[in-house]
Amino acid sequence: MTLELSARDRSMLDGEQGLSAVAAMKILVAFSNAVGAGSLLDISGAHIDGCLYHGKAGLDFVERLVEGGGRVQVPTTLNVGSFDLIHPGMVKMSATEEAPARRLMKAHLELGCQATFTCAPYQTRFRPEFGQQIAWGESNAIVFANSVIGARTNRYGDFIDLCCAMTGRAPAWGLHSYDNRRGRILFELDIAETEPNDSLFVGVGLIIGQASGDRIPVIAGLPRPRDEDQLKALGAAAATTGAVALFHAVGITPEAGTLDEAFHGHAPEETVRVTRADIDHALARLSGVQDGALLSAVSLGTPHFSHEEWMRLLPMLRETAPARGIPIYVNTGRATLTRLQEEGALDGMEAFGLIPVADTCTYVTSILERLDGVVMTNSGKWAHYAPGNIGVTVAFAEMKDCIRSAAIGHVVRGAS
Amino acid sequence: MIRPVEVVERSGTFQLVGTAEGQTLVFSQPLSFWGGIDAETGDIVDHSHPGLGQNIAGKILVMPSGRGSSSSSSVLAEAIRRGTAPACILLERPDPILAVGAIVAEFLYAISMPLVVCDIAGVVSGERIAVGVGGDGAAIVRLQPAISPAAPRRQ
Repeated sequence: MTLELSARDRSMLDGEQGLSAVAAMKILVAFSNAVGAGSLLDISGAHIDGCLYHGKAGLDFVERLVEGGGRVQVPTTLNVGSFDLIHPGMVKMSATEEAPARRLMKAHLELGCQATFTCAPYQTRFRPEFGQQIAWGESNAIVFANSVIGARTNRYGDFIDLCCAMTGRAPAWGLHSYDNRRGRILFELDIAETEPNDSLFVGVGLIIGQASGDRIPVIAGLPRPRDEDQLKALGAAAATTGAVALFHAVGITPEAGTLDEAFHGHAPEETVRVTRADIDHALARLSGVQDGALLSAVSLGTPHFSHEEWMRLLPMLRETAPARGIPIYVNTGRATLTRLQEEGALDGMEAFGLIPVADTCTYVTSILERLDGVVMTNSGKWAHYAPGNIGVTVAFAEMKDCIRSAAIGHVVRGAS
Repeated sequence: MIRPVEVVERSGTFQLVGTAEGQTLVFSQPLSFWGGIDAETGDIVDHSHPGLGQNIAGKILVMPSGRGSSSSSSVLAEAIRRGTAPACILLERPDPILAVGAIVAEFLYAISMPLVVCDIAGVVSGERIAVGVGGDGAAIVRLQPAISPAAPRRQ
């Protein structure tokens, strides 16, 4: 297929809008040809997953765009970096590693990106609206934007998300078009759940991620979520065990009012029945230890804790009042943190071991003081990646069990 | 009887144009660069991949497709920068993630690692392959089978 370019696309390629625009458009054109897109479309925003330092090539790329005088053409948010710029000294890193990692975050700001440094850009004022075309990186943000909001993005990543931002354009293919958003595989939940707890949503996410492959999953029988954070947890888990960029939950998500709407009137290609036992099995695999194991830390907020989640956590902390000095790390966006500080909501909370972490995440960089014991989390994503990334042993549990365990000093879960 | 070395020519499509020559390393299972390749050495480090322990540097890497995370773009670009990348990658299906890594590396370091989509059926590890550019911009892939005098094929 030949790629059709607009006059403005061509002027970027021809260098009329600066050297950085030439580079970004050239790469975007090559990418579009590789995916077989017929044209480019306008985007209203971008989210860049480029601030974690993975090597010199990534930094060289951004520096070249800065040198070329480039600016992003649409409102552009940034994903987490390797540093907590709000709390200096939190991240332990050698000076030789630190310099390029810090520079990478700063170079993105010089391109005009917003200093959000959050994996939950949907919690910021840059949250897109239903039907908007966007180019987002970061797997949990992508699945949230598509599924929960009904904005449209493909799974963008490394380099190409920034090329979309620098040109304000994205290839017209995949999930940008309505026809490609139809459900393909049906998951029928066969569970008698009166109170939908957080781990149910994580468990469903783990299962659809594993079984969907490249087919868009539709979930029927999902209990009505308490809030969007439960759907955030579901999507993050699905994008962890699989490559899910969009899911539909019948009667819950905006493009799935009915089963028929979710499948665009077609029949599912496959139907999978999901029982309570399947969910328990998936969740059990997230934990490397039994109840009773000694606890060294708690990590919450992967993806970044929302203001609503803080409002659930803080009363729990006051009530349980953990006093054993076990750190309770909570990853959150800097905008959320600022709001909490303005509200005075965090005053005195450090006595319970609370350590807010902004701009980064406890599993991508060295923050945790102790890696020898067990770390408890309510995040399916953290539980999946942390053992490989930072070498900890994980116990997965509901948030209230994490806090209770911090008070007791060892892992306790459920009614025990 | 001495038989002239048989050279087979196939035509393909460039995802990134260039010329290359080298020995093939063929996998029927796609390899993810992120988590699968050590960019410092070019070693395959994916424990679930049959190529574990082999090295891709300077080889003509042949596989059905790319796989996995978009972070593979960065790993490929970094490997090209360090000189630990393949000389060329032949795929059966186009892969946007590998294409981006190769394009960015060429843009930054002026090092070309051609990426070709073509029929890979029958290509085996150890053959010599030369990739060139045809008159119409198509990729010309010349395969020269490894000489194995122990098992001469009948005419």
